[in-house]
Amino acid sequence: MKVLEINHCNKSFGDNEVLKDISLSVSEGQVISIIGPSGSGKSTLLRCATMLETMDGGDLIYLGEYAAKANTEGKAIYSDKETLQGIKKHFGLVFQNFNLFPHYSVMRNITEPPILIGKRPKEEVYAEARELLKKMGLSDKEDAYPCELSGGQQQRVSIARALAMKPKILFFDEPTSALDPELTGEILKVIKDLAAEHMTMVIVTHEMSFARDVSNHIIFMDGGVIVEEGDPKELINNPKQERTKAFLSRFQQ
Amino acid sequence: MSLSVIIQQLIGGMGSSMLIFMLTLLFSMPLGLLVAFGRMSKCKPLQAIIKVFIAIFRGTPLMLQLLVVYFAPFYLFRISLPRWYRFGAVIIGFAINYAAYFAEIYRSGIESIPVGQYEAASVLGYNKQQTFIKIIFPQMVKRVMPPVTNEVITLVKDTSLAFVLAYAEMFTVAKQIAAAQTNIMPLFVAGVFYFVFNAVVAFVMEGIEKKLSYYR
Repeated sequence: MKVLEINHCNKSFGDNEVLKDISLSVSEGQVISIIGPSGSGKSTLLRCATMLETMDGGDLIYLGEYAAKANTEGKAIYSDKETLQGIKKHFGLVFQNFNLFPHYSVMRNITEPPILIGKRPKEEVYAEARELLKKMGLSDKEDAYPCELSGGQQQRVSIARALAMKPKILFFDEPTSALDPELTGEILKVIKDLAAEHMTMVIVTHEMSFARDVSNHIIFMDGGVIVEEGDPKELINNPKQERTKAFLSRFQQ
Repeated sequence: MSLSVIIQQLIGGMGSSMLIFMLTLLFSMPLGLLVAFGRMSKCKPLQAIIKVFIAIFRGTPLMLQLLVVYFAPFYLFRISLPRWYRFGAVIIGFAINYAAYFAEIYRSGIESIPVGQYEAASVLGYNKQQTFIKIIFPQMVKRVMPPVTNEVITLVKDTSLAFVLAYAEMFTVAKQIAAAQTNIMPLFVAGVFYFVFNAVVAFVMEGIEKKLSYYR
């Protein structure tokens, strides 16, 4: 079954058409990278998928369940609040600037959502959170506050926070753009480990070689459309479209 | 009249001043939050009404507001109110006036919280109430502490305005003694009382700020 399906998504901000008839489908275990210049619409696409923005037109489907369905004119009609809250449990999102809750300790950042929203038993959630922190190499930071952590550590906590909700699919919105090259390495390694565990992921990134190595499908976006997509090695080493070639020429190492 | 007698009489007035102070905070702080919600409401008519409310209560003297609250029921509607309404009018006037100020302080605090906090909460499945109570409100409290401290200190001194309704708080008492005894001492003593009261308030507020400084 498809974890996520987006059909014919349209989105405008005023007169500015940001997404033009975008379709995307993600199967279980798939890792998809989305690359493209700034303003190409890739972040907006992610924000539509995570319901931080509402699509103007198209379908948004998680595990066969409609979050939004296009009517006969193609306009996206969203499901009721309760359905949407249920669907939110299927996905997680890691932000570019972490967005941890600064007034909570690392532990509470990770455990409050599953306890409060997921209504799961406290002991179980805490045990899992400790496991996650161990995996992130942050076992000694349980009681630290986000302001006491480096950017890379904060980002690892935010990945742990997303994973604690046991999402079926995890989105990353330029997860390393706020980090220096050394810290970027930390985060990319974590994502690689997740990929090895067959976590379903969609990653918006500017790290070309990372996108090539970690993902099994890559999408190049520009001007609100998908210009080219396919096998990551093929697309990055042998782009077909002129626009893709021009974009990637700056990344050839 | 000896200094100790003056002090004794002023302490009686001080109790009344503190009562005004505490009741005003008790009512105006939550009321201010409601007003702030109205001010930020998506419902335009409500927002407009609250804007006018805030403009009036910030734009006219508190002394005048106290007089209006006290005398309006009689002059406008010919309702005669019981004796306790003198004190009631003081509290109503102060609470509404301070709520208008607190509302704007709260609003500035709420609006200064980065949108990313709302987005993170939304993606994790928090609904609007949960997001406000768990994520936004605690961070707002920390951010508004300095301006709230300012307001609270101003309130200590503003309690003296209750004299316009001849309510016997400390300043009213001090003025009466000063006039009767043709002696400036009572006013000096009152000044020291206000000063000490505010030193305590500042100390407490600083303590709260320190307690909240465990995160940035």
